[in-house]
Amino acid sequence: MSKRTVHFKIYRYDPDKDEKPYMQDISVELEASDKKLLDAIVRLKTKDDTLSFRRSCREGVCGSDAMNINGKNGLACLTDVDSLPQPITLRPLPGLPVIRDLIVDMTQFFKQYHSIKPYLVNNDPPPERERLQSPDDREELNGLYECILCACCSTSCPSFWWNPDKFVGPAGLLAAYRFLADTRDQDTNARLDNLEDPYRLFRCHSIMNCVDVCPKGLNPTRAIGKIKDMMVRRAV
Amino acid sequence: MNVAKRTFDAVIVGAGGAGLRAALQLSEAGLKTAVLTKVFPTRSHTVAAQGGVAASLGNTTEDNWHWHMYDTVKGSDWLGDQDAIEFMVKKANEVVVELEHYGMPFDRTDNGKIYQRPFGGHSMNYGQAPVMRSCAAADRTGHAMLHALYQRNVRANTQFFVEWNALDLIRNSEGDVLGVTAIEMETGEVSIFHAKATIFATGGAGRIYYSSTNAFINTGDGLGMAARAGIPLEDMEFWQFHPTGVAGAGVLITEGVRGEGGILRNSSGERFMERYAPNLKDLASRDVVSRSMVTEINEGRGCGPDKDHVLLDITHLAPENIMKRLPGIREISIQFAGIDPIKAPIPVVPTCHYQMGGIPTNYKGQVIVPKDGNPNTPVVGFYAAGECACASVHGANRLGTNSLLDLLVFGKSAGESVVEDFQSGNLSLKPLPADAADLSLARIARLENQKNGTDVHEVRLAMQRTMQKHAGVFRFNELLTEGVARILEVAEQSLHTEIGDKSKVWNTARTEALELDNLIEVAKATMISAEARKESRGAHVRDDAPDTAENPNGRDDKNWLKHTLWYRDGNRLDYKPVNLKPLSDDVEPIALAKRTY
Repeated sequence: MSKRTVHFKIYRYDPDKDEKPYMQDISVELEASDKKLLDAIVRLKTKDDTLSFRRSCREGVCGSDAMNINGKNGLACLTDVDSLPQPITLRPLPGLPVIRDLIVDMTQFFKQYHSIKPYLVNNDPPPERERLQSPDDREELNGLYECILCACCSTSCPSFWWNPDKFVGPAGLLAAYRFLADTRDQDTNARLDNLEDPYRLFRCHSIMNCVDVCPKGLNPTRAIGKIKDMMVRRAV
Repeated sequence: MNVAKRTFDAVIVGAGGAGLRAALQLSEAGLKTAVLTKVFPTRSHTVAAQGGVAASLGNTTEDNWHWHMYDTVKGSDWLGDQDAIEFMVKKANEVVVELEHYGMPFDRTDNGKIYQRPFGGHSMNYGQAPVMRSCAAADRTGHAMLHALYQRNVRANTQFFVEWNALDLIRNSEGDVLGVTAIEMETGEVSIFHAKATIFATGGAGRIYYSSTNAFINTGDGLGMAARAGIPLEDMEFWQFHPTGVAGAGVLITEGVRGEGGILRNSSGERFMERYAPNLKDLASRDVVSRSMVTEINEGRGCGPDKDHVLLDITHLAPENIMKRLPGIREISIQFAGIDPIKAPIPVVPTCHYQMGGIPTNYKGQVIVPKDGNPNTPVVGFYAAGECACASVHGANRLGTNSLLDLLVFGKSAGESVVEDFQSGNLSLKPLPADAADLSLARIARLENQKNGTDVHEVRLAMQRTMQKHAGVFRFNELLTEGVARILEVAEQSLHTEIGDKSKVWNTARTEALELDNLIEVAKATMISAEARKESRGAHVRDDAPDTAENPNGRDDKNWLKHTLWYRDGNRLDYKPVNLKPLSDDVEPIALAKRTY
């Protein structure tokens, strides 16, 4: 890949100096080694160091650089810059308060994650060695435990936009099912009680934006469906 | 500037594996604890670890801690301290089983136990054959571990200060540590975290090199803070170059790929590791494999149009096994090399990965410095664990999977030491000196007011290129000498960095400038320590210290079986003995021998 110029339209807002947000038109010449969108905005930052965004691992496992890319949520580090129509429009994740530029306040997102008690509950005295779990039972956790908490899913979900304080959202519900599905966990009833509510679980209307945007290829809608099944089975 | 003061029993800086493991000890003991972290805990770099954590559980092949200890001492090229190594390998089963109890989703054997795979340098019966010691959750072990540790901390109600950058260590005139200063990203405000105990778990500084598997955040903040506060850094010449970074991108491909049967090949398709390590072959120690790869490339047997990499081949493995055991690697290869490893081999090249040296500690996680004739005197109130610390269990070369073990064992041990010292009344809240925040405020004011200065990006790039060229996989006397002069020039430029962003809110330009201050301390420590060590040992191999009868592999035990200590003040070097004596009578010292695989 040779040198080429890329054009951006980027949401900018610095509460320290801007009265209101605006869209900045800016271009940058990329080096041959700049392949991902993250490479491009890191390059852009060498030109304008006021552009603010989160980033860390640059390989899609830490979940820092989620943003809205040409209208769709994704990770900058896993998006090929040359695959994007230009100008590349970058906005912060929708539905959360913007702190500055592409940085959102994720308090509400993590509050919902914490609300599902995201930890294993097992009240038996711990054995000296590992608790046994069959490969098949362990297999049930695949597609659940890999979540990186990037918030692409929850911030693409209209139900979460409307009720971020009441609806747990796809990321939190995926985590809830991760513990419900774990044969080592003993808190099934309390976990279901905690979600038995018109909003917390049942605001999911299977719009499936979450599945569409998950950069790890996970399926929160399916996990939510399984929680609903468990509720029904418990009721009959 | 107004500086708020917050008071705690303990402050932990860093919320990766070591910080989170330490935090659990303190939270569960009821200490009022603040965990400062510059990223949300699950974004820490532990998340990127792939292949596994070492423990001699013996779930598939026979194993015991004696064999693990031997492998670790040999892997360290005898620079590791044998008391700390014995402590670590003996604790391995306990800390791994604890994680399983916390809910970590390890893969399983058919009988339901934790799945274990072979890994480089780990052997049965003192080097005879590969052993299955690496406890794994597919190839996402670090992710699974970090999330399990964070989740357990949620349960324990640990108090986090997320997106706070620690700036400087606070010491009084006796040298006791009283806490840190830190800046909140969202407001730009500086606070003092005043505490009876301070634990550093700030990770490594792999970003001193141009080509690195490390995350952007791995900027050696704890090392920079310690160095500026007069604490020496130990064995900083020893850096691990991981054999398999994706060529061009630097992203890590786990050694677990070779553990599952992957093979390294040169341009003629030859399995060249058979020539360099006839016994363990592709699963020899990382320093050995990286040097073999560079030798192949240097001698014209590299692959691709520029003959600048070799190939990691798993096309002979069953696709369902790749999907099950190495799904993340497949994703990474497709994303960053444009190659599906089921169909074609992955282009790889040795890439900077891990810092063996760090802040000197003992096996209890106490930071130790030379004082009054004792080279290992604890600094009151100061503890460190994980990659930022040097216990020293990795010596001159770390074995794969021993890093996750290190951060569990010593994170826990540092936490236990704080609880013990706290409960026995050995820790007290000492008065803050009047100038406690002055250094941090001066650093920020300088950035605010710097005119006609240097560019942060340019200076960082100059540092990274200097380190890459002058202190790489193979080291040369002449390049090291030039490297010292060059890195001191770059350090001078770093004193005058200028930023365009003057905002108080989420000013990442300022963060990067402050991080560069830390990186540059690590870079100086590395280059100066490396230039001075006139032997080859582990990851430090130089042209003027070749393999001879007297000095096997170029290792000179008569003159250089000792730890380096670099002091920032005047770039002074000091040395201290390696502890060749194990902690208990359960095991004899592992006697010095030539390292072959």
